[in-house]
Amino acid sequence: MSIEVVNITKSYKNFTALKDVSLQIPEGELVALLGPSGSGKTTLLRLIAGLEQPEQGSILFNGEDNTDRDVRERRVGFVFQHYALFRHMNIFDNIAFGLTVRSRKTRPSKQEIHERVHSLLKLVQLEGLAHRYPSQLSGGQRQRVALARALAVEPKFLLLDEPFGALDTKVRQELRRWLRHLHGKLGLTILFVTHDQEEAMELADQVVVMNEGRVEQVGPPEEIYNYPANPFVYSFLGRVNLFRGRIQNGIVKLGEAEFETDSVQQPGEYPAIGYMRPHDVEVSLTPKWEQSVQAQIRHISPLGPIVRLDLKRLDTEEVFEAELTRQRFTELGLAEKAIVYVTLHNLSFYVDSQPAQAPSPAFIPLQASI
Amino acid sequence: MKHLTEPRYIRWLLTGIAFIFLALFLILPLIAVFTEAFKQGAQVFLDSIAEPETLSAVKLTLFVAAISVPLNVVFGIAAAWAIAKFSFPGKNVLLTLIDLPFAVSPVIAGLIFVLLFGSQGVLGPLLEVYDIKIIFAVPGIVLATTFVTFPFVARELIPIMEAQGKDEEEAAVSLGASGFKTFLRVTLPNVKWGLLYGVILCNARAMGEFGAVSVVSGHIRGMTNTLPLHVEILYNEYQFAASFAVATLLAVLALVTLIVKSLIEWRTERQHATEEEHYHYEGSGERAV
Repeated sequence: MSIEVVNITKSYKNFTALKDVSLQIPEGELVALLGPSGSGKTTLLRLIAGLEQPEQGSILFNGEDNTDRDVRERRVGFVFQHYALFRHMNIFDNIAFGLTVRSRKTRPSKQEIHERVHSLLKLVQLEGLAHRYPSQLSGGQRQRVALARALAVEPKFLLLDEPFGALDTKVRQELRRWLRHLHGKLGLTILFVTHDQEEAMELADQVVVMNEGRVEQVGPPEEIYNYPANPFVYSFLGRVNLFRGRIQNGIVKLGEAEFETDSVQQPGEYPAIGYMRPHDVEVSLTPKWEQSVQAQIRHISPLGPIVRLDLKRLDTEEVFEAELTRQRFTELGLAEKAIVYVTLHNLSFYVDSQPAQAPSPAFIPLQASI
Repeated sequence: MKHLTEPRYIRWLLTGIAFIFLALFLILPLIAVFTEAFKQGAQVFLDSIAEPETLSAVKLTLFVAAISVPLNVVFGIAAAWAIAKFSFPGKNVLLTLIDLPFAVSPVIAGLIFVLLFGSQGVLGPLLEVYDIKIIFAVPGIVLATTFVTFPFVARELIPIMEAQGKDEEEAAVSLGASGFKTFLRVTLPNVKWGLLYGVILCNARAMGEFGAVSVVSGHIRGMTNTLPLHVEILYNEYQFAASFAVATLLAVLALVTLIVKSLIEWRTERQHATEEEHYHYEGSGERAV
C-alpha cells in the first residue's frame, strides 16, 4: 500500500520536530528514513503509524485520508526500536497477540491462530522457540519475533524504528540481508528509520534524507550519493573534505589550484566551499595535473582494504583526508612526514548565491572535474 | 586493597550497633507482647480473644480493610497509570497530593473528617436532614482509613510503571488492542508483583491505623472499635493480659506481612536476576542468529 504524507507539521513543547514535511512512498518499496538524531525521522514514523497526532497536514494510505484514524484501525505493522515484546508472554502468545485481542466476531479460531503463528515462526526462522520468553532470546531473535508479531495482523505496510540499532555489527549485517530477502518475498511496503548511512544505502530502494525536521533529499541510494542536493546531504552520506576558496567568473581558486566550473554567475567574487570524498584524492609523487598541489602526510591509518592518510596542504595549510587502496599505497611507498602531490577530483562547490553579507540557505551545487 | 574497606573493628562496631538497636526497639517489644499476653496462662489469652467485643473489633477491622484496600487499589492503579504513561498539566500537583497522607499527621486527617462531616461540621446539617451518620460510625472509620492508606499502592506502582515505559502499551495498541485490553493483558501482568507488594503494605496499615480512626470512631464498644482502639481501651482499663492478647493479633498480622513482603521481594529480585543474565547472554550469544 502506498503512503503519502502531506505538509505535516508537528511540534513538542519547545521545539518543532517536523516542519511542513511532504513525502510519497510508492507501494512495495523498501524506503529508508535517514538522518542524524533529532532530525524528526522517528516522529514521522510514529505519525504515520498513528502513535502521534500532527498539528497540521494529512496522512494518506492508498489515497485514503487516515489522519484522524486511531492507531488501532490503521492496521500498520510497527516494530519498535527496543522491540517492545510483551515480557510476561511467551513467543507464541506475543505473535498471536494481535489476533487474540480481536473481538469474538472477527477473531480467527484457535486452530487458525495456531497455524498462522507457526507459519510466521517458520518465516522468521524461529521454529521451536514458541514457548520461550523474550528474556531468553538474543537481540537478533527478539527483533525477528517483533517482526513476526507485526506481520501477524496482516498489516498494510511495515514501519521499523531503528530496526538494527541495538545489535552488534555481524548480526546486523545478517538481519539486513534477511530483511531484504523478506521484502522480496512478501512484496510489502517497508519504511524504516536509521541513522546509519551504510544501512540505508545497502537496504533501501529509496532513501529519504532528513535534517532538523525537514526532508533534504529523496532518491535512490546511488543518486543521493553521487548528486547530493546540498552540503548537509554531502557530509552526512560519508567522509568528506572541505576546502574554502573564492569563485569569480566560474573559476574557483583553492589556494594554488584553480578549477573551472559550469557556473553562470553574475560578475563579482563570492566565497565558495568545495566538498569532495577522500577516495577522490589522487596521491602521486610527481605533479600529474595542473591542479596538483603539495601536501605533507601527517598520519597513516591502515584500515583493511584501504589506507587512510591525514594530509596537510602546504599552500593553504588546510587539513584533509585521502583514501588509497592498499596496493596503491605500497606502490608509492609512503611514510609519515613525506611530501606528496595531491589532485582533487570530483569537487562539488556550494556557493552562497547571495553576496556575503546576506546568508541564504540556497546553495547551488557546481560540479568540477578534471 | 587495604583502603577499600573500613578496619575490622569499625565494621563489627557498626553491625553491632545496628543489631542492638533492632533488638531493643523491635524484637524485645515483640517478645514482651507475647509474654505479657500469656502471663496469666493460655486460658485467659483465649478467653480475651473470644470475648464478643474483641470479635466485633476483629470483624470491624476486617470490614474496614476489605473496603479501603480495594478502593486504594483502584485509585492507586488509576493514578500510577495516569502519572507514568501520560503527561498532563498538574501531574506534579497530583504526585504531591498522593504523598499528602504521609506528610499529614493521622490525627489531623481524622479531624478533617470531623470538621467536614461532624454534627458541627460543614456538611453536618445536610447529613442530619438525610439521617446519614458518618462520624462516630463505620463510614467515618472507612473514610479515615482510606485517606491514610491511599499512597501505598500508587507509590509502589509509579516507579515500576515509569521504568517500564510505554513501549509495550504502544505495541499492543498498534496491534489493535483496545485501551482496556491493553491494560488487562499488558500493563497489569507487568506490575503484578509491585501491585501485590503495595496491597500488602496498604492492608497492614489499614488494619493497624490508630490516630485517624481514633478521632472519628467515638470508641463505641462492639460498634465502632477497631483492633488497635480495642487494645488501647483494654489497656486503659488495666486489663493488661487481655490487652496484650489482642495486641498479639496485630503482631501476627505484622509478621505475616513481613514474610509475604520478603517473599515477593525475593521473587522480583530473582526475576531481575534472570533478566540481567539474559542481557549478558545477548552480548556473547549473538552469533547464533
